[in-house]
Amino acid sequence: MLTNAWLWLIDLGNSKVLALLIFFFTFLGILFYVYGSRRRSERLESYRFLPLQDDDAPGVPHTEQQPKGEK
Amino acid sequence: MAHSAVAPSEQYNYEIVKKFAIAAIVWALAGMTAGVYIASELAWPLLNFDIAQITFGRLRPVHTSGVIFGFGGNALFATSYYVIQRTCQVRLAGGNFWPNFTFWGWNLSLVVAGIGYMFGVTQGREYAEPEWYVDIAIAIVWVTYFFIFTLTLMRRNQPHIYVANWFYMSFILATALLHIFNNLTMPVSFFGTKSYSLFSGVQDAMTQWWYGHNAVGFFLTAAFLGMMYYFVPKQAGRPVYSYRLSIVHFWALSFMYMWVGTHHLHWTAIPDWTSSLAAAFSILLLMPSWGGMINGIMTLSGAWDKLRTDPIMLFLITSLSFYGMSTFEGPMMSLKSVNALSHYTDWTVGHVHSGALGWVAMVSIGSFYHMIPRLWNTTIYSIKLIYVHFFLATIGTILYITAMWVSGIGQGLMLRAFDEFGNLSYSFIETVAFMHGPLAARAIGGMFFVTGMIVMAYNVYMTIARAKQEDSVPVAAAAKA
Repeated sequence: MLTNAWLWLIDLGNSKVLALLIFFFTFLGILFYVYGSRRRSERLESYRFLPLQDDDAPGVPHTEQQPKGEK
Repeated sequence: MAHSAVAPSEQYNYEIVKKFAIAAIVWALAGMTAGVYIASELAWPLLNFDIAQITFGRLRPVHTSGVIFGFGGNALFATSYYVIQRTCQVRLAGGNFWPNFTFWGWNLSLVVAGIGYMFGVTQGREYAEPEWYVDIAIAIVWVTYFFIFTLTLMRRNQPHIYVANWFYMSFILATALLHIFNNLTMPVSFFGTKSYSLFSGVQDAMTQWWYGHNAVGFFLTAAFLGMMYYFVPKQAGRPVYSYRLSIVHFWALSFMYMWVGTHHLHWTAIPDWTSSLAAAFSILLLMPSWGGMINGIMTLSGAWDKLRTDPIMLFLITSLSFYGMSTFEGPMMSLKSVNALSHYTDWTVGHVHSGALGWVAMVSIGSFYHMIPRLWNTTIYSIKLIYVHFFLATIGTILYITAMWVSGIGQGLMLRAFDEFGNLSYSFIETVAFMHGPLAARAIGGMFFVTGMIVMAYNVYMTIARAKQEDSVPVAAAAKA
């Protein structure tokens, strides 16, 4: 039984099926990791704010505001 | 999160970011001007002036390398060095020397390659035209870039690596892999410029297009998505729509792009299954591409009014719209039946520019308008000029791609038309005559885009000049006192 499974695995003709299974389950694993747990989801979503935490230097206004040299 | 007491301009290495940012604008002007010139040559061949060095074949790689690696490459160095420092709250690794080494190494390699193209020195591999000595120089610079980026990540003061840095790292690793394997060549002599590929025939073509499409996928997409994931939330003042979606986006996009290169070789001597595989993955690629596009655009959810007041936001959101359009068009063109018409026509050229001008250039321009005033600790010289630039760039891009649709689809239909006896309905020269109008419109579209870049260069120059003036005023006042 095990020998048959091993022979199937090492048969190059089955490489496409094997690759499909590996990649498909890896993708499912990523989806489960990302959406599978409420606590983990909250932690991951907290990283959204990271770029907004690196405050700009004092005295640099947002570009939406009227610039000094506005024509 | 802890913040340093010193200003960002002192805490971080902004000097290297400034250099790359200025170089990017200079390359954009040079590369895009070369593009407009060769587009004009196709419409008005008189412009060749019988000078070999400025003919279409010689100047075309000057244009493509100038805009992809000159403008795009310098913009990616600049923004990646900026984003990694800001999101890791740490100064760039490598002191002052190694980042400067990447700046001079990268730009000198491009200058040497560009001069070579004009004198006919080329490998003849699309987007990988430089000969072996430039390839080696680029590989050394790239490995240095990888070490600087990795060491900075390792020294970070922020426990999490923000998703933008994942995209930048994916771009750096994939580009190293692609560049090295696609450029495995044997020089004819140590002192000669000529070399020959280690691969031949179909293998050579497949290696070339594995490189070629992944240059689009990782250099012109993944890296600019890194740019998007930082600058869109920053400019919007809102966090990205979904961080979890960005993770799925990253892994799906990085995995799928690697398989699609062979769709450039439909209906050639390659094995048919490789063609089908590439088409299937190209269709699948629509999902992560649109997932990322939606993630970026929905960042503005609840704050759409910013599009009425902020021209930088207009650039960034329009770039994402073009990204969505071109990543729909690409999978459609990868279908073998559609490709039978589109391949070898101007439709392909239009598709590339929909991504290059609409997505890559516009997201870079928007990011630069956000970043440059902060680098020089000032505000932008004129917001009105950003509006002018936006409309010139958008009109130019739309004119360009619609002209190429007309030219390409018309050309494809004419080349495939048969009369009642089974003979070709049109001669080749009849298709060329038909294309004259769209080719002229394309050149005019390019002129619009270049004019916008000139406006940007002026706006940036005045911003920097005024910042320097502001810096010198307190010094002069102190000297007087």
